[in-house]
Amino acid sequence: MTGQQLLVEGVTKRFGGVVANDNISLSVPEGSIVGLIGPNGSGKTTLFNSIVGYHPIDQGSIRFEGREISGLRVTEIARMGMLRTFQQTRVYAKMTCVENMQISVPRKGEGFGAMFSKSHPKIMEKAENLLAFVGLYAKRNLLAGDLSFGQQKLLEFAMALMNEPKLLLLDEPTAGINPTLINGLIERLKRSNADLGITLFIIEHNMPVIMDLAEHIYCLAHGQLLAEGPADEIRDDQRVIDAYLGAN
Amino acid sequence: MNSAERNATIYGAILIASLAAPWVLPAYQTQLAFLWIMVLFALTWDLVGGQMGYTSFGNIVFFGIGMYVTAVIQRNLHFDIKEYVHVAGAVDTLQPGEYLSGLFLGMGASAIVAVIIGAVLGLCILAMGMRGQYFGICTLGLGVAAGEIASGWDYIGAGSGMVAPVFPERLGERGAFFYYIFFILTVILFLTLKWLYAGRFGLAINAIRDDEDKAEAMGIRTTRYKMTAWCISALFLAVAGGAAGHLVGFIDPTEVAFAGATFGVWMILMAILGGKGTLWGPVVGAVIFYITQEVFWTYLFGWQRVAMGALIVGIVVFFPQGIMGWMRERWPERFGHRVEESTLSSSAEGGGP
Repeated sequence: MTGQQLLVEGVTKRFGGVVANDNISLSVPEGSIVGLIGPNGSGKTTLFNSIVGYHPIDQGSIRFEGREISGLRVTEIARMGMLRTFQQTRVYAKMTCVENMQISVPRKGEGFGAMFSKSHPKIMEKAENLLAFVGLYAKRNLLAGDLSFGQQKLLEFAMALMNEPKLLLLDEPTAGINPTLINGLIERLKRSNADLGITLFIIEHNMPVIMDLAEHIYCLAHGQLLAEGPADEIRDDQRVIDAYLGAN
Repeated sequence: MNSAERNATIYGAILIASLAAPWVLPAYQTQLAFLWIMVLFALTWDLVGGQMGYTSFGNIVFFGIGMYVTAVIQRNLHFDIKEYVHVAGAVDTLQPGEYLSGLFLGMGASAIVAVIIGAVLGLCILAMGMRGQYFGICTLGLGVAAGEIASGWDYIGAGSGMVAPVFPERLGERGAFFYYIFFILTVILFLTLKWLYAGRFGLAINAIRDDEDKAEAMGIRTTRYKMTAWCISALFLAVAGGAAGHLVGFIDPTEVAFAGATFGVWMILMAILGGKGTLWGPVVGAVIFYITQEVFWTYLFGWQRVAMGALIVGIVVFFPQGIMGWMRERWPERFGHRVEESTLSSSAEGGGP
């Protein structure tokens, strides 16, 4: 199983009597863009939460770069280089965009003394470059909470890049963003994958977007893995179409 | 003219006024000393409650701990405990050297004890992930419990409290002496916080305030930051408490040391009035609040608590964001929150925050 950056095997997560994830197995190869689709309530975000350590899983194993991470906490997993963005965008609302960026630096191996350090000029430079990359440079000194929803999404994406993750889990990156901006975002996602070498694992409802982005797609329905395969195959898969149209 | 010069002028004016105050208003030295304690209260509370967003009702615990630790060390250093309890007259026989050594040793020990207790309490409530209202209620319980424990512990005088030694006359004026102690302590605290807020620490605790889940998801060691902020707050409160016990002279367990209903609530209100989560807000809030409180006490005697209650309601209802917070909403550009259409020409364009 070399080359698989993230390996999920037989993961089950129950909430009381509800089985949100039922024996899910999937893998994300290093450097790839993988998609995760499925109707509302099919367990996509639950699976993300399980992977990043937000809640314990009931069964199964999750490996990141060969290391079992299913028992680790969110912060530890984040510091290993696996980061997630939130469906309900989360930025630090009462801080400026630049501050949001400055605080998003990688935290790996940070000692006690690092708490009291100043922001390095290089951090500022990188923060401004990334804000320019997502088109928020002019608004860098505004409070993040004063940005529109779409802009907050872009800021959250820039913050994730600031953290230099190896694997980025994006929960509906284009939801709430206007169509013109979506094209720009797709292009930026592709560039972060190609230029910065960040593996992307994306939940998305917008089919054209995910078909354009992902090489390989997994489809969940009712907590189970319904189908998987290359984007073209998934698009024509009758089971996937049925699931979305409610025939299932 | 430029902002650096303007800041230097403001700081200089405050410094000169502060140094001269006890001699300009000699009748009010004790009140002025308490003014600095109030500023210190508001600043230490704001570190945890404002900048980090952990509304604590129990910070007063550390103030009381400092008071008792200092008084106990002062007593044990110079007196036989039995003699101390039975002969009140023995209390005023301290030489200046003895008084000072006991006081400063006590304040130092207070700092250590408070940080240790703060770390233990922090492990119990912060490291366990207690947040929001639960954290607030838990800390409220701490304050009440501390007062009860002190009231029932004979070693520290139980319900009848402790008496600090009489201030040696040869050291000059008591009010002025303590005024400068609190002034220096508050200045150190202010500069420490200014330095902390300007760096990574300030950003991290602001991030915890705005969205702790997000901060964790980004890999920030939130527990470490929360514990550190809590312990810094505890340290300064305890050192101030040590000196405050000697200023007041009589340490009552619930009315002076663990005075949750007065100091404990005031520190929150002062920070809110001035604008929580800002560096200057607590300072401004403390000065306005304390002067108002003294005025009420002087001119509305008999009704001062009613007037105080009305003021508290007024602050919370009409001024939730505080003076500095209101100014920031009113004139965001003054605080640097503006759109800057310049393009990122080169990496040379660094620019401050």
